[in-house]
This record gives sequence, C-alpha cells and structure tokens, in this order.
Amino acid sequence: MIDGAKAAALVFVTAILEVSVFSDVHILGGVPDLLLVTVVAVALLRGSVVGACAGFFGGLIIDTATLETLGLSSLLLTLIGYWVGRYGETTGRDRTHAPFLSVAVVTFLYALGGLALRFVLGESAPARHILLETLFQDIALNLLLTWPVYAVARRLLPPPPPARAREGAPALG
Amino acid sequence: MVAVLVLVSLALLTVYFRESSGGGLHSLQSTGASVLKPFEVAANRVAQPFRDLAGWFGDLSTTKDDNKKLQKDNAKLTGQLSNYDSVLQENRELKKAVHYLGGPGLPRDYVPLTTEILSQPPQQFDQRVVVGVGRNNGVRPNDPVVSPSGYLVGVTTTVGAGTANVRLINDETSAVSVMDAKTGAWGILRHNDPGSAIIVDNIPKSDVVNEGDPLVTAGWKSGPLTSVFPRGIPVGTANAVTQTDIDPYKKIEVKLLTDLGSLHTMIVLVKKPSAR
Repeated sequence: MIDGAKAAALVFVTAILEVSVFSDVHILGGVPDLLLVTVVAVALLRGSVVGACAGFFGGLIIDTATLETLGLSSLLLTLIGYWVGRYGETTGRDRTHAPFLSVAVVTFLYALGGLALRFVLGESAPARHILLETLFQDIALNLLLTWPVYAVARRLLPPPPPARAREGAPALG
Repeated sequence: MVAVLVLVSLALLTVYFRESSGGGLHSLQSTGASVLKPFEVAANRVAQPFRDLAGWFGDLSTTKDDNKKLQKDNAKLTGQLSNYDSVLQENRELKKAVHYLGGPGLPRDYVPLTTEILSQPPQQFDQRVVVGVGRNNGVRPNDPVVSPSGYLVGVTTTVGAGTANVRLINDETSAVSVMDAKTGAWGILRHNDPGSAIIVDNIPKSDVVNEGDPLVTAGWKSGPLTSVFPRGIPVGTANAVTQTDIDPYKKIEVKLLTDLGSLHTMIVLVKKPSAR
C-alpha cells in the first residue's frame, strides 16, 4: 500500500516535471522523457502490474495537462510498463544493464507506437523527423537520465529481499 | 488488471476522439488541466534556473556558429547569472508586451490577454504549447496568438477552463493566409516538412514578391466566412523566392520574426463580444 503511494507520488511528480520542464529542454534536437524512464524504473523494480498502473497513471496526467488526445499516452505507457515489468520479472531484474537496455528499447518503441497511433487517428505523424532526426538524440538523453532516475526509484522502492531470506531459512554451513 | 487498463485507455481514446470539443471527456480533461495547473506553475518556478541553464547548453549547440564572442561571454556569466537572466528575460518580454498593448499594432476589436507558457507536449509530433488562460478568461478556439512584440505565433485549438492549447505556426497542420505588405501578393504560410524552412506557397507566378518584403496576415473575408487572423499581424520576411517552369505557383521561404522556441510569454487576442 505504502509502496503504491510512493510509486504514484513518484510518477505524479515526474509527469508534472515532464510537461512543465523537461519537454522544453531541447538538446541537439532531442527531448528527454523523464516519465518514460521513471515508468521503466518502477516497472523493473515492482513488476508488470505496478509498471502498467504507473504507465497508465502517468500517461493520463500527461494527456490531461497538455490537453492532448486523452488515452493516447496512457495506452502506450501502460503497454510499456507491462512489457518492461515482465522483462524484469523473468530475466532482467538483477542485471545491471537491464534499465539501460529497457530504456533504449522502449524509447524506440514509444516513438514508433506514438507514430502508429497518431497515423491511425489521422493526426500529424512526421515519421522522418521522429525516427531519423531526433530518435537517436532522444535515446541518448533518456539513457543519460536512466542511472539517476533508477537510483532514486530504487531508493524509494527498494527491491524485495530474496524468497529464502523472507522465509527466514537458516544459512547452510 | 493490465487488460482493464488497456481497455480503459482504448475507451478513453475512442470516446475522446469521437465526441465534440464540448463533450464530457473534454470537460473532464479541462477540469483536470485546471487542477494540475498550480503544480505546473510551481514546477516551472522551481525549475526556472535549471531550465535556463539547460536552455543555455541547448542554444550553445545550435548557435555556436552565430557568435563566438557572445558564447564566450555567456560561458562566464551564465553560471552566476542564470537566476538574473530569467528575470531579465521575463522583464524584457513584458516590456515588449506593454509597448505592443499600448501601441498601434494591436488589431481593433480584440482584447489582448498576456499569459505565460505552462507546458509543451513531451513528444515532438506537434508544435504546440499550453498557455495559462482559458475559457474563464474569454478565450475560445481559433483565437490568434502573438508574441510580446506583436508577431504572429499561432492559434488556440483546444480550450479548457483555465488553460488553452496553442498550435504554433510551424506546426505541420498549421496554414495561415498571408500577404506581401508591399505588393499585396497572397499565399498560404505552411510548414510541411519539420526539417525544412517555413514557406509561403500558392502565390501565382504573375504576382510580385521581392526578397526582404514583409509578410503579414491577409485577414480575408468571403461572404459570411472570415479568416481567424485579423489583417496586418506581422509574420516574417521573404527570405528567398523560387519558381519553376512546371509549377504554376511561386514559393517563398520565410524568415519568421519571432523565435518560437525561446518564448516564455504570449498574448492571446480575444475578439470583443461586440465584434463577434
């Protein structure tokens, strides 16, 4: 319960920071996506269900604050939160490179998914600009954010202890 | 649980997309945006020095060819004066706004509403910003938006209770009727390709446009239909004029009068009720 509140607070703060501060930061044509990195961190630390909830909640805030099509960011971030959460649950949780790999891959998928959804909805979807001119910068900036964001998220939502330690199993000599 | 969230997202998307701008979800979104507005303003205030610093690094990469001396000076001063810079920038924009609001450049029949930019969509699909005035201030969809100096910036699209979405003139979906203030030639200002310059096309070859000519909004009226922009708002200057043998129209590359990326303040021009 407390974990859920912490995750919600973290996602809320990063979503607000994303729309009011980070979306305005253009570096070499790229824009860092703090919320995306945060959703990845939460999903890796807490699993697919919490990751999906964090993505849904964060996307809803983004769409509401920017008066953009409601549900668009929620849908993409929900799927991303779930997918990264599953990756964390199965293979990636204890690997050092997991957050970086996840962020790089989902930044690409998020851009691709956003383009596809906007194309389906008949909104502007400048594929060449997004995929060729800004995507690599976006990935690089998100990778730069990954370590500090993951460290903060890990501090707020420490990983659960291993199953044997939880059960109080005596150490074998 | 995940399936429910995905279904809810899809339902939100579908309903939002199908309903009118006065529908239930739009109203709910507008209320939500009003609730989030204080948080965004607070985040803006707290992050202003850091944004200035980050903005400075961004500018450094794009304008390093422009002026080496200025960069050198900035490098010395920015660290100490980032706070001071933000206040100075705000003051400069407000001074321009005061000058514009009291001057002859303000279109008749319009009430100017000065506002700050609250947020931008995080993805780079659209060239849009959210400003801090909305329906409660009299703003309606399709109200023109200008810079503090009175240069055209864009037009309002979705309007919430206390916030409004502004589509900038460099957005891919934007189209503005403009005219050469010297020769009277008309055309459409567009930005079809995000990677290239803003252009004016649909100008007949027989019309004359010279490089350096000022371009202003055309403000046309055809029967009951009128342009959303009043006539005479400065937009930019003709930077280069091109025409080919096979194209019946000439194309003008435009140099905008305002740097859309560096604005912090905008003026929404709201039509007076008597003029509607």
